[in-house]
Amino acid sequence: MRSILYLLVGIFFGIVMFKSEAASWFRIYEMFQFDSFHMYGIIGSALVVGVVFIQWIKKTNTKSFFGEKITIQPKAKGYVRYIIGGSLFGLGWALAGACPGPIYVLVGAGYWPILVVLLSAVLGTFCYGLLRSKLPH
Amino acid sequence: MEILYEPWPWYVSGPLIAMTMTVLILLGKRFGMSSNLETLCSMGGAGRFADYFKVDTQPRRWNLIVVVGAILGGFIAANYLSYDSQVAISDTTVEKLELLGVKSNNEAYLPTELFSVESLSEPKTLLILIVGGFLVGFGARYAGGCTSGHAISGLSDLQLPSLIAVIGFFAGGLIMVHLLFPLIF
Repeated sequence: MRSILYLLVGIFFGIVMFKSEAASWFRIYEMFQFDSFHMYGIIGSALVVGVVFIQWIKKTNTKSFFGEKITIQPKAKGYVRYIIGGSLFGLGWALAGACPGPIYVLVGAGYWPILVVLLSAVLGTFCYGLLRSKLPH
Repeated sequence: MEILYEPWPWYVSGPLIAMTMTVLILLGKRFGMSSNLETLCSMGGAGRFADYFKVDTQPRRWNLIVVVGAILGGFIAANYLSYDSQVAISDTTVEKLELLGVKSNNEAYLPTELFSVESLSEPKTLLILIVGGFLVGFGARYAGGCTSGHAISGLSDLQLPSLIAVIGFFAGGLIMVHLLFPLIF
């Protein structure tokens, strides 16, 4: 039952990503050129609605659909990992024109070369795991 | 109905993304699309090489189901919810792309120079996709999240670490597009 809900959320998300064009390499390039409001509008309006929803969940102690307590984990404190890791991610995001969500969406949409991006993203994750103890965090 | 087949405007898409996050939270989970890459490594036996991957993947299976859904969603949107998939980027962007030699704009969802099967035989294209993907995977785990985990979930929860990560995303993206693209393309 729960699995079906996760699947439905994923399908919904996939459709939104594709139809919003947030999964298009062109839109990412355009965003980093500051030539259009489109991507900023997507992220900005998602944030406005997102902040309201999360504040509402926290203030009202809303329970999950299954009656469990909801805990939203704060992110671990730090600077170095966020600025270095974030910048490396940004370099890849602009080059491949896709972040992890859209990578999967594009697999479904049938753009087969994206599988190369997906496999090397897995490899990148693996290499991070190998080097983790040697990297500044 | 007609409007469903057109590209969706930002003021529809953004709130729907926030809804995705909220529903996942109300299901007792969280919205993040890169931690599944770690789970895939663990399931593939990466724990033999690094303790980081020695985790019980059972509690993370739900995230892989979301991923399967996202793949299906991409299939449905591309095949049943679109007339054609060209992206109407701004004229200034088109001009800049033409200077770079990317001329497939306004005729495809992704540049055919990078994402057509034929272009894969081009070593340079292959290298771009490999390096791009590698940095996405490496960077997302290093920063502990990607666009969904930090830019949407983290910022929605007013997390300072996420703000720093998002500043990093943009620093990297701007360096790539403005300084490195002219050298790469």
